[in-house]
Amino acid sequence: MSRAFADDAALFLRAARARAFVRIVGSFREPNGLIADAVFPNLGMCAFVMMYRALGAPAYYEALAVIGGILTTYWVNVLWGMGAQFYWEKQAGQLQLYFAAPCSRMAILCGMAVGGLLASMLRSLVGVALAVFVFHVQLEPFSPWQLFAVFMATMAALYTLGMIMASLFLLYGREAWHTCNAFMEPAFFLSGLYFPIRTLGAFGAVAAAILPLTLGVDALRQVLLGARSPGLMSVRLEFLALCGFAVLYFFVARWSLRYLENLSKQEGRLTQRWQ
Amino acid sequence: MSRSPDSSTPAVETRGLRRSYPGPRGAPEVVALAGVDLRIERGEVFGLLGPNGAGKTTCIKILNTLLFPSGGEARVAGFDVVREANEVRRRIGLVSGGENSGYGILTVRECLWMFSQFYGVPSSVAWPRIDRLLEVTGLTPLARTRINRLSTGQRQKMNFARGFVSEPEVLFLDEPTLGMDVNAARMLREFVLSWVRERDGRTVLLTTHYMAEADQMCDRIAIVDRGRVLASDTPAALRRSVQGGQHVELEVREGGAAESGSIQAAVGVPVVWGAPHPERGTRTLKFRLPEGGVLGDALRALEEIGVAVQGISTRETSLEDAFIHIVGRALDDEGAE
Repeated sequence: MSRAFADDAALFLRAARARAFVRIVGSFREPNGLIADAVFPNLGMCAFVMMYRALGAPAYYEALAVIGGILTTYWVNVLWGMGAQFYWEKQAGQLQLYFAAPCSRMAILCGMAVGGLLASMLRSLVGVALAVFVFHVQLEPFSPWQLFAVFMATMAALYTLGMIMASLFLLYGREAWHTCNAFMEPAFFLSGLYFPIRTLGAFGAVAAAILPLTLGVDALRQVLLGARSPGLMSVRLEFLALCGFAVLYFFVARWSLRYLENLSKQEGRLTQRWQ
Repeated sequence: MSRSPDSSTPAVETRGLRRSYPGPRGAPEVVALAGVDLRIERGEVFGLLGPNGAGKTTCIKILNTLLFPSGGEARVAGFDVVREANEVRRRIGLVSGGENSGYGILTVRECLWMFSQFYGVPSSVAWPRIDRLLEVTGLTPLARTRINRLSTGQRQKMNFARGFVSEPEVLFLDEPTLGMDVNAARMLREFVLSWVRERDGRTVLLTTHYMAEADQMCDRIAIVDRGRVLASDTPAALRRSVQGGQHVELEVREGGAAESGSIQAAVGVPVVWGAPHPERGTRTLKFRLPEGGVLGDALRALEEIGVAVQGISTRETSLEDAFIHIVGRALDDEGAE
């Protein structure tokens, strides 16, 4: 390994670690925020569980809602914590400090992704605890390794998609903001977060092809609920598709970041606030 | 990996540097830099002095790889700011007055550490360096205080310390003492000067609105206006560029019948009205007596046209006088944009 590569790798890792550190500290340092951040967002999921229970729906519907609710946590983090983050940084006048530093911009985004993932973990664990200990949601015996692999592939695909969104904010301000909004509720719907994705029929298949969230939800449901949740595709195929999305998105994000950085430097919009 | 710097190259060099922005809705383009030539040697503290809109910040942004030039060439530490941007970034630091760096949830010490990591400084090196910077800036007692609990001045000091955590070769200070109290600003000015002298080759490019700050800190100053360098020299040489004579400030009673035109005719040189003093009912009148001019004659001439002089002071040529002479207006005059 050349010295140049080793130096660049060390710089990448240091920068990513430092940026992840902010996210992790930010999530755990304020107890009030901890409750607001980890407990309250799970109430929506609880509402769906109680609704299915009140309607006398099959028990696995409750589990569907729990898995969807947990993934909602990450999707919201991807949209607003990854996608919109550069918008906040720009408004605060801090973006220029990142871009005047020698570290890779992808290192900053990777740090935000890892930090966001770990910070959202607490919220999802609270969701799991509510499901298991309060609602006694029933899961099938599953392979922890399979669960881990599918979960990580889903996260990789989601957060690399967040990196692409983040790059858009270098050039576009409020317009990208609307894009984030547009990705929120429609994505909840198309991903079948709170209902069986097969209910959407052809729509479900299209959504699965476009949104990694759909595939992630479907694969996790198959792993945790077994035959009770027939999937759009086999877990193996969905896992491979998610890995493919993650790799594709990563390179698209890297290209997009470089292209939009150059364009915004050309147009003088990189350091321009209040767009 | 960073390439070896060539210490024989200037710290900063620009040739015909231009930058323009498209005008709003078909209006003519706005020219921020209209061909700037600068050469800043290693080890210098160099000042860019100019009114608002002169092009100082645009120039700093280009040199910090945050903006592409529309034309011309710029090199920092021997590297081209467009083609070798990453080599430039490894060697520079940037502090802008009034900036908001860091995240409120982090402590001062953590925030400085975070920025050191973006420059690849190993933590074992970063922590002692941060502690020293905290000491210098007087922030040691606040090292473990969250940033969102700092006052504006304290935050500004932290921003200032941030610029040094990577030990840059070329440090860009864009209005660094903006919003600081007098003592803090003085202490930080002294620190910058000692930092530059501490090791060969360290260079500072400073933009400031404070003439005294530029005069005290800078080895050389470039006076810029409307995107052009109008003059570049040592502060002493710039002062000398204003021909000899005596700067006179008179405190005259307000409400006299004499107009500026007649006063100018009486004194025989251009006059400028300064600040009014409503509590005393007077106003300052400034002019520069040419060499050989006699102040007594000027005072008599003013008395004859009914100007009541309440107080007199004279002084040597200042950097501000040189600035007004070169630019044609004061730093804070309206219409500077």
